[in-house]
Amino acid sequence: MSPELNNDSTDVVDSSVATVEVAPGKVVEQHVVELKQTTARRVGTGAAIILVGLITALVLGMSAGSQSASFDLNGSDPGITVPKFSLPGVGLIVACGIVIILLGVAQIVRGFSKSTLRWVGIATGLLFLVAFLTWAGTEGKQAVQIGSLLQQTLFLATPLILGSMAGLMCEKTGVINVAIEGQMLFGAFAGALFGTIAGSYFGLIAAVVVGCLAGSLLAVFAIKFTVNQVILGVVINAFALGLTGYLYDAMMANDATSTNQPDVFSPIKIPVLGDIPVVGSLLFNQTIITYLMYLIVIVIDVMLLRSRWGLRTRAVGEHPKAADTVGINVLRLRYRNVIIGGGIAGLAGAALTIGSVGQFNKNMTSGQGFIALAALIFGRWTPRGALGAALFFGFASALQTALSLLATPVKIDSNLLQMLPYLATIFAVAGLVGRVRAPAADGEPYVKGD
Amino acid sequence: MKLELRGITKMFGSFTANDHIDLVVEPGQIHALLGENGAGKSTLMNVLYGLYEPTEGEIVVDGEAQKFNGPGDAMRAGIGMVHQHFMLVPVLSVAENVMLGDEYTRSAGMLDQKKARDVVSRLSKDYHLEVNPDVLVEDLPVGIQQRVEILKALARHAKVLILDEPTAVLTPQETDHLMDVMRSLKADGTSIVFISHKLREVRAIADTITVIRRGKVVGQAEPTASPAELAAMMVGRPVQLKVDKEPADAGEVVLGIDGLSVTAPTGQVLVDDVSLDVRGGEIYAIAGVQGNGQSELTEAIVGLIEPSAGRITLEGADVTDETTDKILGRGVGYVPEDRMHDGLVGGFSIAENLVLDTYDEAPFGNAISLNLSAISRNASERIDEFDVRTQSAESAASTLSGGNQQKVVLAREMSRPLRLLVVSQPTRGVDVGSQEFVHKRIVEERDRGTAVLLVSTELDEVIALADRVGVMYGGKIIGELPPTATAEEFGLLMAGQISDTKESA
Ligand SMILES: Nc1ncnc2c1ncn2[C@@H]1O[C@H](COP(=O)(O)OP(=O)(O)OP(=O)(O)O)[C@@H](O)[C@H]1O
Ligand SMILES: [Mg+2]
Repeated sequence: MSPELNNDSTDVVDSSVATVEVAPGKVVEQHVVELKQTTARRVGTGAAIILVGLITALVLGMSAGSQSASFDLNGSDPGITVPKFSLPGVGLIVACGIVIILLGVAQIVRGFSKSTLRWVGIATGLLFLVAFLTWAGTEGKQAVQIGSLLQQTLFLATPLILGSMAGLMCEKTGVINVAIEGQMLFGAFAGALFGTIAGSYFGLIAAVVVGCLAGSLLAVFAIKFTVNQVILGVVINAFALGLTGYLYDAMMANDATSTNQPDVFSPIKIPVLGDIPVVGSLLFNQTIITYLMYLIVIVIDVMLLRSRWGLRTRAVGEHPKAADTVGINVLRLRYRNVIIGGGIAGLAGAALTIGSVGQFNKNMTSGQGFIALAALIFGRWTPRGALGAALFFGFASALQTALSLLATPVKIDSNLLQMLPYLATIFAVAGLVGRVRAPAADGEPYVKGD
Repeated sequence: MKLELRGITKMFGSFTANDHIDLVVEPGQIHALLGENGAGKSTLMNVLYGLYEPTEGEIVVDGEAQKFNGPGDAMRAGIGMVHQHFMLVPVLSVAENVMLGDEYTRSAGMLDQKKARDVVSRLSKDYHLEVNPDVLVEDLPVGIQQRVEILKALARHAKVLILDEPTAVLTPQETDHLMDVMRSLKADGTSIVFISHKLREVRAIADTITVIRRGKVVGQAEPTASPAELAAMMVGRPVQLKVDKEPADAGEVVLGIDGLSVTAPTGQVLVDDVSLDVRGGEIYAIAGVQGNGQSELTEAIVGLIEPSAGRITLEGADVTDETTDKILGRGVGYVPEDRMHDGLVGGFSIAENLVLDTYDEAPFGNAISLNLSAISRNASERIDEFDVRTQSAESAASTLSGGNQQKVVLAREMSRPLRLLVVSQPTRGVDVGSQEFVHKRIVEERDRGTAVLLVSTELDEVIALADRVGVMYGGKIIGELPPTATAEEFGLLMAGQISDTKESA
């Protein structure tokens, strides 16, 4: 024991000054072993990919018909057509399967880096899809209608994409939006009603305005009264369902011609771009709602990363207190984003009525708001990811219709098909996307001075 | 810029956190605020920064009374603040954090990232606050995060910079560096309000010192005042700044660690083949610069993370694969480094936090119900004993001041019979009066025969408390020294330099 430490003087703080004599600025570093995934995960992912490959080569390959499959890339109203073409059946399917298996083997042996693995996953999916569509066409009776399949995909995905953008606007600033479904329903209703009374364009505006109102409802209760946002969302959905259902019975059911028969938007062909074969008729011969969807996705994507609004939005969604300490008005920004989000959800609803069937029905959203929410999560709260996920869901639904029209070698039960996208989602999220991380302050109300 | 606070009062409900405080900060002055935990220093600074509205009083800048509706107003008036708990957005880059709230934009509200980067680089260079503007804040160690906080204030042309316990999380080298930065800021005419519990730092850098006790200014002091004088002024009684202890009477090995390694999911080796024994009745201290595997070592001991290799024994029993609950049940007390995160549940009351690990045992409860009166009796005893400054035992733990949160964790972990006490940074952010108390309690625990594993980055603390010291660097215990070794010897080991004699041995 050092005598110095038992010294009675109370002045030890100074006498034991313990300046560590190290060159200033010298950073003490830990040694880093090469960054690698754990073996279990590497092998597991690889095995899963091989399994997909085996299913492709064996199950699809064996059960395929003997014909070669023919494909038609032209959608409806194609403008310039491209000729149909056919691909060898079994050979192609087996080849796809083998490539997938090789990818899986490579993953087990070397382990792809995280970013490459994403592409490997996408490649696996695409190869499987090619094999599957070929398989579906090997009975040889009809051509596989790729063109209209894609057209249908975009058509079905449009409300989902808009819905997920509505969710994104809210959740990026830290407000959970489970009410997309209800907001869409309001939008769909308003679109049909006002579209009938004053014309489709007016209906479109009304849908957005009503969506904004529904958004304000969410905003006021979530932000001002700090109500639990998930419960609030459920309540708003129930409210939307009840109110639109009541109004439908009271007005539309008896008098459809004057309240529930809006003109449906017709496609507008964009000059030049619309004339490109296949792509033109698919992307650039669309209704105003689809064009607005393009615009919204692009604007949100660019603004979120590059603009002042985007920076502040991300900051508020992650760490509202930090944003507050640099003078950002957290609540005002949240209000604004949640209300705009509501407007976008309203537009998504309009896509279901004046952008589609031309009339409102009770509960016509039938869960699409929740699928949009799933797309947002699947897409990891990024605009591009959500877009991709929504397209994927849209594709799955479109595929279901396409397959039921085709004589596939083995009849597939449509209920089973309906399950497919969700099954795929679970696998994709677990295996390929990795950890999904919501904005840190998502769902947490902000109270000053807390 | 001359800053005056006149008669600032801030009440939380009926509790007065600041009571008619007057404070004058002259241009280019480093003004230190000293005070016990919960004295109201952070509250006063939050008022000054526009985060809290004062109940009474005014803030005067260059002779003009100000009304701050929020931090934005305070910043426009030239006041910048580095908070006790950093206010950075982890997922944004350094440059984005620096410009947040005061963004550089081109047309249509689009960010000018290049300008932000340039501003960061320029200020970095001018004030020796080196940091890469493009990395994400979450990837930076705390010491560098603090530089970002300072840059944030400088980028807004702060004329008065508030630093609330900036050195609590810094290594000694980083602290020295911060002092240099403060001096160069001062030379440029920036005033600084500096809060710290480390008297040595305050005396080294301050031009003048204001002492606050229980929300009131109790006086001014010169930096030439002795630490004992300052401590007495803060606490209101003489404080013994030295630890009294007898030589250790070490008994049987309580904690045995053999070849322990911890690997991060990324594959990084955080703890590298550590072997050590701690006996009953001795304090084994682990010294070292933060981030060299100390936290992972303690977390592995209490079963919070799984070691990738090695064995841990407690009084001979292998506990390597036991759950934390079981390990703590064997009489292990654990005070984690990050108390707000790992040691407390912010929304729970203090009374509840005090029984967080024993709520299902007598006398506080059984498998199905809690004994509320025993819990509240326990709370009032612990609050008295550890001098936790709070309005009531029912207040939420998150309303406590930084140092008082630490005391609650210590009170909980040290108030049951222990065989092993694992304690990290026991006095981080704790005022000198309470430091005295905490040190005394740790030594008492040792004298009762408990094995104590102390992790501290404060060399003063290690030297004062330890019976044996191991220095940790790069995940390894690279050397053991007696506490009587010189600061230079420690310093070299802490920087990873094994002295020549040792290397050849
Ligand atoms: N939001 C709040 N609500 C209620 N009481 C609070 C709140 N914030 C602080 N207090 C109380 O005000 C007192 C002063 O707290 P403050 O954080 O200013 O102390 P401090 O001097 O900074 O202490 P430390 O050195 O421990 O950081 C404490 O007793 C604390 O419990
Ligand atoms: Mg404080």
